[in-house]
Amino acid sequence: MSHPLLSFRDAVKEFPARGRGRRRGAPVRAVDGVTLDIDAGEVFGVIGYSGAGKSTLVRLANALETTTAGSVVVDGTDLTGLSEAQLRPVRAGIGMIFQQFNLLASRTVAGNVAYPLEVAGWPRADRDARVRELLDFVGIGDKADVHPARLSGGQKQRVGIARALATSPRLLLADEATSALDPETTADVLALLQRVNRELGITVVVITHEMEVVRSICHRVAVMEAGRVVELGDAYRVFSAPEHPVTRRFVASALRDVPSSAVLARLRERHPGRIVTARIDEVSGSSAQVTRVLAEHGVDGTIVFGGITELAERPYGSLTVELVGHDAAVHAALDGLRAATTVVDHGTATRPAAEGSDR
Amino acid sequence: MSPDLVPLLGQAFGETVFMVLITLAVGGVCGLALGLGLYLTRPGNLLEHRGVFAVLNVAVNVVRPIPFIIFLVALGPVTRAVVGTTIGTGAFTFAMCVMASFVFARLVEQNLVSIDPGVIEAARAMGASPLRIVRTVVVPEALSPLILGYTFLFVGVLDMSAIAGYLGAGGLGDFAIVYGYRQYDWALTALVVVIIIVVVQLVQWLGNGLARRALRR
Repeated sequence: MSHPLLSFRDAVKEFPARGRGRRRGAPVRAVDGVTLDIDAGEVFGVIGYSGAGKSTLVRLANALETTTAGSVVVDGTDLTGLSEAQLRPVRAGIGMIFQQFNLLASRTVAGNVAYPLEVAGWPRADRDARVRELLDFVGIGDKADVHPARLSGGQKQRVGIARALATSPRLLLADEATSALDPETTADVLALLQRVNRELGITVVVITHEMEVVRSICHRVAVMEAGRVVELGDAYRVFSAPEHPVTRRFVASALRDVPSSAVLARLRERHPGRIVTARIDEVSGSSAQVTRVLAEHGVDGTIVFGGITELAERPYGSLTVELVGHDAAVHAALDGLRAATTVVDHGTATRPAAEGSDR
Repeated sequence: MSPDLVPLLGQAFGETVFMVLITLAVGGVCGLALGLGLYLTRPGNLLEHRGVFAVLNVAVNVVRPIPFIIFLVALGPVTRAVVGTTIGTGAFTFAMCVMASFVFARLVEQNLVSIDPGVIEAARAMGASPLRIVRTVVVPEALSPLILGYTFLFVGVLDMSAIAGYLGAGGLGDFAIVYGYRQYDWALTALVVVIIIVVVQLVQWLGNGLARRALRR
């Protein structure tokens, strides 16, 4: 197996305490012992709430911050102990895009994209050709001579991406790159990042607090809380069988498919029969299995709540169904469902089950 | 105004222009350097250095509030060591250059502090060296307010030149007092005031125009 493109080994980043004397606080451990390997060619997501340390983690990767302890290795180069001058070429070889775009207001779009090429010492003619090529790739070839202030948020991020790709990096770091954009523009920019990964073969690390971002483009994901990685793995597996509470909260935010207690109370008013919630995903079971089990036992299943969407391009969600039929048939159908997938039994309006009340 | 005062007025105008231009040139360069030094060494910035920052910060805070007329006298020994004399246009211009540098340093620093740290981080992320970042990011991004600050400095320097003039450096301030105020010639005093106002207006108009062009929005 080839070595990973980016790896963290027990990486720690501690910021000194603020204030002086008695008001001096404790030092802040933004990243607290992270070990992580990111492979060449993947889109890797780091998800967490604000303050989880994910932005600091990504800044360790291109040495905008240096580790307090542990090591960071990029493409075979150990960044530990390198001098500022030695780190500059490492940074130049890694692209980065930002939540607030961070474009130079004093330069045109073309001037912004040319900046890293100037740093790298490209001759002017080569720069111009490369800038045109990049602006065409991100779809804003007509904006070359415009100043960033005249662009929309989505266009600004396209400039940011073009600039980050200018020197053909192997790794692109996206720090909350879509958090300042509306949902539609977010989808466009995510599609562009996916193209960057697929067409140019660039490894992309996305830092986000939005489940939507991970849901639509990430192959693997690390969930961070308080400077630590609390869950790590294949995006589909992590989110279809979340183990850590933080992961569960993200999953719940992505798809409001599981009825809350208030929703359940209203469902019971409208539907007197047995109400059950069945998970629909590749790990638990498919909706076809649910339909088949109900048909086998002669039970009518009325879909009363839920939804199925895609996670990492695979089906994911849950359906809440009112089961109508003879008691024995309903019991048998319920057992059949439990064999096929993960089921939460909410009971009936007259005899509610406690099982589902923890959600 | 009697006709034989006209060449004297012309000479006074020339002296003021000389003092102001030299001071603006020297004070502009030194003030920009000092201001960049303050900005860059400030804790959390590109060349963070507590010691250098503290020294620069204290120096600016000590020099700037001293009334110029006192500073001019107090700087005497230094002026003598550098210029060789403490009187005449050259000596006074030296003192003006020193004061202008410290005044402009603070103006520069205050304008640079408003630069979005994100664009500097972006430039660092692209592998740019601190010197390159100063040249291609810090100064260009803050160019518009820097021009306005420099225009503001011009008015301050003109003010200083009048005080220096009164103490013996010549120039418009000296002319207004010697031939206007002391001769009870209010019309002549008013004429000098009008000349100064017109010059300040022209420079301010020029500064505003350049600042607007630099903004490019």
